[in-house]
Amino acid sequence: MAQGEASSRRTDTLTPLLAVSDLCKTYGTTRAVDGISFAVAPGEIVGLLGPNGAGKTTTVNMVLGVLAPTSGSITIDGIDLLKKRSDALAHTNFSAVYAALPGNLTVIENLRVFGLIYGVRPLGERVEEMLAAFDLVRFRDTKSGLLSSGEQTRLSLAKALLNKPKLLLLDEPTASLDPSTARDVRRTICAFAHDQASAVLWTSHNMHEVEETCDRVMFLSRGRVLLEGDPKLLPQAHGAADLEDLFVAVAHETLHERAPA
Amino acid sequence: MNPGRIAAIALRQFYLYRGSPTRLVPLFAWVGIDIVLWGFITRYLNTISLHGGNFVPALLGAVLLWDFLTRVMQGLSTAFLEDVWSRNFLNVFATPLLISEYVTGLVITAVVTSLVGLATMIVLASLAFGLSFLAYGVALLPFLLVLFLTGIALGIAAIAMVLRLGPASEWFVWPLPAMIAPFAGVFYPVSTLPPWMQAVSRILPPAYVFESMRAVVQGRQADWGSLGIGLALSVLYIVLAAILFMGIFRFAVRTGLLARYSAESAS
Repeated sequence: MAQGEASSRRTDTLTPLLAVSDLCKTYGTTRAVDGISFAVAPGEIVGLLGPNGAGKTTTVNMVLGVLAPTSGSITIDGIDLLKKRSDALAHTNFSAVYAALPGNLTVIENLRVFGLIYGVRPLGERVEEMLAAFDLVRFRDTKSGLLSSGEQTRLSLAKALLNKPKLLLLDEPTASLDPSTARDVRRTICAFAHDQASAVLWTSHNMHEVEETCDRVMFLSRGRVLLEGDPKLLPQAHGAADLEDLFVAVAHETLHERAPA
Repeated sequence: MNPGRIAAIALRQFYLYRGSPTRLVPLFAWVGIDIVLWGFITRYLNTISLHGGNFVPALLGAVLLWDFLTRVMQGLSTAFLEDVWSRNFLNVFATPLLISEYVTGLVITAVVTSLVGLATMIVLASLAFGLSFLAYGVALLPFLLVLFLTGIALGIAAIAMVLRLGPASEWFVWPLPAMIAPFAGVFYPVSTLPPWMQAVSRILPPAYVFESMRAVVQGRQADWGSLGIGLALSVLYIVLAAILFMGIFRFAVRTGLLARYSAESAS
């Protein structure tokens, strides 16, 4: 297992905002997540990579409190998620490509409702900031369901940053964005993580994006962390041309392991 | 409980009603149609009655009170179904929101929507068919309270069922009041029923309300003891329904049903 020096320094010296220990999720005889442990430090962006079905979304769902682990623990900003769910989730927010905000509310209505749920103050001011940050001002009174997929993603990201979360979970946040908007969004998120010293857990299949944004990556395969380290150093350390080649190699290895003899 | 988070759930429903005539009109329309239909039926029954009786307070009053219970239940369950229809569970439940806050927000929505329906029915029944609520005296308040609490209990039980069985099970929600009505003696004394149905009616809070209502209409005193039993039962059912919903929510979180709700299955 490789370990990026810069990122490990960060994790070692700062109290992690997210600490996951021996996390398991079992469905019948299938182990979707198989004893993974990791931590994300303040200001650190960690990429969670892996082929489809590797356990990324299951892990994210457990950290979001919508899926109970079979065993293991999750601590957010020192608060045990399983014991104090509401307190822990008050410091969290997320954006996922599969969780669009209700299409029958307007952009501003959605942000007001979720701002109230997250206890954002002053709400009106913060909502205006987010509308401006994600170029949604002209859509403020538009029903969210009428937005393009890219605009809906920007709205979901605006919701995700609304409460200035200490822990931000992003599940393929730029999947439906054009390259230009995706770059702007990446910059906004990176600036947010840096300015607020927030921890970010980021899943993506875009290796260029991961290399650009993540301080550290973890390759998940069959519910386990296979590789971990600095995305700029990992490929070389494993004889791959770049992160995408390394991803493909890991995914192929996984597929061959899965295939019957 | 956090009042801001409860307000958020109610506010979402307010936004939905504000922006949608298709949601707003049914608050008035169905109860209005019921009152008009039953108003004319009672008027006709009055004309053919051999004893010159007045069916308005007993029959039209019963329709109004039963519709109130139905509106309370549907107000709560429809508010929950809005999150089902818009696939909003992940956004709502991956937040600091407590389940008790969520359900309280739904209850507030049910209070408002059912009061709109009740006001519509009272105005229509009074002006068009001469139904006077003074005929029920002070007993009207416990009647409404017991029916309201029962509607809330039914609504929570209904959304628990939808959470457990998946989006398609919403079709079990709508006929729930109709399934209870024959046992509750809405339109006839419970003594009309066969013994086994009478036994069921004894555990249904609305049965105590409608028995008392008929007593009051016939010039007798409301049976306060019975209404007390009805009230106690309705409170008990709210507690049981809340426990059921919490249990099913925990099941949904444990099995992955909540995260993969649209699949309607945890495996």
